[in-house]
Amino acid sequence: MEMKWGPSSSPFGLPSFSELLRERYPDLHPQAGIVRMGDEKSGHPIEVPHGTTILSFRTATGVIIAGDRMATEGYQVADRRIDKVYETDSHSAMAIAGAAGPAIEMARLFKVEIEHYEKIEGERLGLVGKANRLGAMIRQNLPLAMQGLVVVPIFAGYDVAAKRGRIFKYDVTGGRYEDTEFYSTGSGGKDARGTLKRLYRRDLSDADGVRLAVEALFDAADEDRATGGPDVMRGIFPTVKVITAEGIRDVSEDEVKQAVETVIAHRKERGVA
Amino acid sequence: MLPYYVSPDQMMQEKGDYARKGIARGKSVVVAEYDSGYIIMAENRSTALNKISEIYDRIAFAGVGKFSEFEYLRKEGIRFADVKGYNYSRDDVQAKSLANAFSSVMGQVFTSEIKPLEAEILVVEVGDDSSGDSIYHISFDGTITDYYQYVVMGGQVERIRAFLSEEYKEGLGFKDAFMLCKRALEIPYGDGLKLDPSQLEVAKMERNGLGRRFRRVPKEQVREMTG
Repeated sequence: MEMKWGPSSSPFGLPSFSELLRERYPDLHPQAGIVRMGDEKSGHPIEVPHGTTILSFRTATGVIIAGDRMATEGYQVADRRIDKVYETDSHSAMAIAGAAGPAIEMARLFKVEIEHYEKIEGERLGLVGKANRLGAMIRQNLPLAMQGLVVVPIFAGYDVAAKRGRIFKYDVTGGRYEDTEFYSTGSGGKDARGTLKRLYRRDLSDADGVRLAVEALFDAADEDRATGGPDVMRGIFPTVKVITAEGIRDVSEDEVKQAVETVIAHRKERGVA
Repeated sequence: MLPYYVSPDQMMQEKGDYARKGIARGKSVVVAEYDSGYIIMAENRSTALNKISEIYDRIAFAGVGKFSEFEYLRKEGIRFADVKGYNYSRDDVQAKSLANAFSSVMGQVFTSEIKPLEAEILVVEVGDDSSGDSIYHISFDGTITDYYQYVVMGGQVERIRAFLSEEYKEGLGFKDAFMLCKRALEIPYGDGLKLDPSQLEVAKMERNGLGRRFRRVPKEQVREMTG
């Protein structure tokens, strides 16, 4: 690492960490190095760990973002304790689905990107600004996505200016769409969406929200083999984060565990377990 | 190459004089350790242009002199720290290597550019306990000096330094450290003059805590504390 003096970095350049890496340290950029993957003869892509179900929805006071803990490699378990929800700053988080390696790296880079902007500019980037920046990073990942390394995150946060929680979803090309109520994606995303559609309310309290997140992930795990359900034996429970005007909060393992137990008890009562 | 000969002695002497003159015109910055971290205070009449800033989790930056010059150094410092933290890990970003990088850049400008920098900077690092603390001062010619517990830089530092060496005590509370720094900055104005809270830029680095330790002390709180 070297420090520079002089016109090499333009005073009008973007305060972007990702662009800084591209300009000065291209080899350190997460997209460097992976040129062509897969078996040349068969054309099959090589197997890498994949993350599965993530979701986010608005509550009365902000937004909740959650994900299961399973990573799979084809039909194999790659990791039972992977975290798919990453705090990106004090009022936002991103959840990742798709190829785990590039997705985790993207989350790491994105967190530095936001902090770098804040430190260089002395001002925080707005929530929409962050969402757009993430879209650009997904677009830059397109060459990898074409080879099967698709990264599809959900970005959610509390918009301090608009005074409400907001949810952004993306497509492979970096297209950014805002959802006003709830969204879920990944291999079990469709099943989780079904649950959210049935049970979602605008005026959810945080506690009800945690339970809804657990309920939706439970259904996703029930229908989708790649999504990990609550693992009572090992004590592995979904990751849930609550974001409000006061900031981001990790829902404790005990709280999630309790919600899981309530959901299971209710299902047994109804005889559907 | 310059078309005429000037002896290196004379050139360095004159460059040094030029830089010192520029810096002496500016206001000062004081850093002091208190019971749970570091306070950094600058006399700054601008509310928009900062002299104190965050570099990384445990590292703060302060500059005096020509704003555009220390602002450039500040941004390069953030780039350096962020690249290092991203490439290795957040714990691997330490003030020593950053201060050395600043020193080499500033030294190089001093010897090879026509105009020397009219800026000086401080790099302050807060550790888990005081053995992990470090304060580096890097002057316009790249000279690097490390300090312990407190430091002052800018114009008229001699008198402020004398004041601090007499008045500074270990284990000050935040409020006491705040008042000490304020009084130190008032020294150049002679007896009786008080700096208005609006002229103070204050930040602190808290020893205990996670992640980013740098906090700006809001103007309202500064006003309250001086009140």
